[in-house]
Amino acid sequence: MRTTLTEKIGEVAVAVFLWGFRILVVSVVIIGTILTIREGKYTGVQWIDFIVFGIARGSIYAMIALGYTMVYGILRMINFAHSEVFMSGAFGGYFLANAMGQSGFLDKYPVLGLVAAVLVGMLVSAGVALLVERIAYRPLRKAPRLVPLISAIGASFFLQYTFRGFFGPGIYAYPNVKVLSGEWNIFGIGILKMQVVVAVAAFIMMAVLYTIVMRTKIGKAMRAVSENKDVAALMGIDVDGIIVATFGVGAAMAGAAGVLYALMFRQVNFFMGFTPGIKAFTSAVLGGIGNVPGAMVGGIVLGIFESIGPALFLDGLGIIRPYQLQDAIAYIMLVMVLLFRPSGIVGEKLTTKKA
Amino acid sequence: MKRLYITLTFLVAVTMILTACGPKAFTCTDKIGCVTIAPTDPVHIAFWGVLSGADGTLGTDSQYGVEIAIADQGKLLGHDIQLTTEDGLCTPEGGATAATKLAVDTTIVALVGSSCSDETVGGIATLTNAGLTTISPSNTRPVLTAPDRSPDYAGYLRTAHSDAFQGKTAADFAYNVLKVTKAATIHDGSSYAQALQQVFVDNFKTLGGTIVAQEAVAKTDTDMHAVLTTVAAAGPEFIYYPIFIAAGGYITAQAKEVAGLENVKLMGADGMFSPDLLKGAGTAAEGMYLSSPDFSLFPAGYTAFVGKYKAKYGTAPLSIFHAHAYDAANIIFAAFTKVAVKDADGTLHVGRQALRDAIYATKDFLGITGTLTCGQYGDCGAPVIAVYQITSSDPTSWNPGTNPKKIYP
Repeated sequence: MRTTLTEKIGEVAVAVFLWGFRILVVSVVIIGTILTIREGKYTGVQWIDFIVFGIARGSIYAMIALGYTMVYGILRMINFAHSEVFMSGAFGGYFLANAMGQSGFLDKYPVLGLVAAVLVGMLVSAGVALLVERIAYRPLRKAPRLVPLISAIGASFFLQYTFRGFFGPGIYAYPNVKVLSGEWNIFGIGILKMQVVVAVAAFIMMAVLYTIVMRTKIGKAMRAVSENKDVAALMGIDVDGIIVATFGVGAAMAGAAGVLYALMFRQVNFFMGFTPGIKAFTSAVLGGIGNVPGAMVGGIVLGIFESIGPALFLDGLGIIRPYQLQDAIAYIMLVMVLLFRPSGIVGEKLTTKKA
Repeated sequence: MKRLYITLTFLVAVTMILTACGPKAFTCTDKIGCVTIAPTDPVHIAFWGVLSGADGTLGTDSQYGVEIAIADQGKLLGHDIQLTTEDGLCTPEGGATAATKLAVDTTIVALVGSSCSDETVGGIATLTNAGLTTISPSNTRPVLTAPDRSPDYAGYLRTAHSDAFQGKTAADFAYNVLKVTKAATIHDGSSYAQALQQVFVDNFKTLGGTIVAQEAVAKTDTDMHAVLTTVAAAGPEFIYYPIFIAAGGYITAQAKEVAGLENVKLMGADGMFSPDLLKGAGTAAEGMYLSSPDFSLFPAGYTAFVGKYKAKYGTAPLSIFHAHAYDAANIIFAAFTKVAVKDADGTLHVGRQALRDAIYATKDFLGITGTLTCGQYGDCGAPVIAVYQITSSDPTSWNPGTNPKKIYP
């Protein structure tokens, strides 16, 4: 097919623009980094602090991203209601944690109390996700791709405002867990106990999930359904059941993330899922959507970039108030990764026949 | 046919005579227009402010003040008073939406609001151009009543103070009382916070202190560790973060967790003056300072007002601008009573420009925040600021005056 001259010029212009953009961003990053390190404003310990804060944030993003990535893998659909599943887990854990905190149970048996709160959060989110799947997604299984997406957005708003209706627009505060406040000295660096717990919990859960998906029969069934739903059904796999299980597991991860997030930041309100949901979706795409380890890698990378980005890239260039550009840095980095490597950091290139 | 014509002509003539000889209808000579209130209709005023989200207590508190004013007033020239509310979300876009919704309602006489300076920035042009006048109980950004403000602000007044005073008091307190010489500020991008921290910075520098860092976060940010690490790298002794409740709670809670900030003194402003701050910040809030209007200097009527507030809503006042909202509503009622014209069948007519002029002409009004006189640029407030200290982090112990306790001047 011969392209006309105007089309050729258009292609060249777009290519030039894209390359120009990439070069601009990379040079800003490199020059900013060099200038900041030369300025020497931050000590080595503070850089490590930045990275640790980033890992803690990133672990939360990673846990939520797992839900997005698994549902995309199975249903080729972005579950926009997932951020509300995260929020409902935090709310579910709140009532138990508050009761435990007020009665003193949390101080006497902190580990038991925390595990109980996380489990309750996981149960509540799994329940919410299953309800949403049954009501908003299953009837639309055969519909064109855009329709379940809109249904997801509608479910997201519905859940947000249902929670607002039940619990009001104010904030609820998680109790202070004494055993988690303070720091541990690891290799001579003081790291907040809360952040260590969050990061370790996230890694454990992701390892468990990876084992389930890769080593168990139900995981094999999940992978089969995500390859080809119809053939999997022919092989005798209960597709509906597998989809329900996927939603449930993804939601449980998000619920645990919700409780951990609320323990770290203490404030729970009906709108809290919005920003973490978007960041988690970004991490899932960054790591390669549909890919479980990808979600984890994407989450950690995004968290670290957000945390260290303003200080490392922008401070040196003399940009005042760099933290207001924190979100801009995160999203520009997403764009850059997608420009250079569209399938994400860990993602594999989809074969054309699947798309 | 001829008979029909004669009858019709006769009827038309009779009707015209009767109309001419009947009671005179009111003709509106007001420059902007008039609001007509039928004998059985209520007088409609509106409240716009932040009513939802983490900062909702700021607007709800002012709304309660207006509701108490309405209950105290009872009837206005024989008409009931109806209050409707609009949520401004504490953003310029939210303010613009709320203002648009209110501007199309031609039964509204005047408004109390907004809560956040950002909302006013977004919505005031719509309201002024619709002929409405609004008195804000809690906007504190200095430029809103500055002599060089744009004509879009012709319908805007406020009973709250201007931050030119609040920032100065905070700087005086930090330099002269706490004796700190190195301070840092954090704002959240809102026009209120940016302006207030700049006033603080200018005054602090004039007194002889140094500002080591001026940082900013987004209102919806939750993780403040990174920005606090940057602030810590500059080595401040005092951090002033005049922002709103949600972000303020996060910064207070996380400041103690960042290396280098363990002994730093923290201070917020009136945007954080709420029990929700204690919920969000937890034990870290104990000992922190807040600047706010000085209640102890309010006239005697204030104590009775707080009693009514507690009885009606079952809680100590949620924030600090309830009294200003009460006064704002009463100023509107007084001006309304002055300019409303009642015609023979009991319909009330109120000229919009006349009402606006009457509100601006308010002089020596005995409010519960002081004796108020409105200036030509809309400043009606009596600016007295105090610094309070939080003594307990238990949200149920919130009692302005005791917790937080006034410590300066």
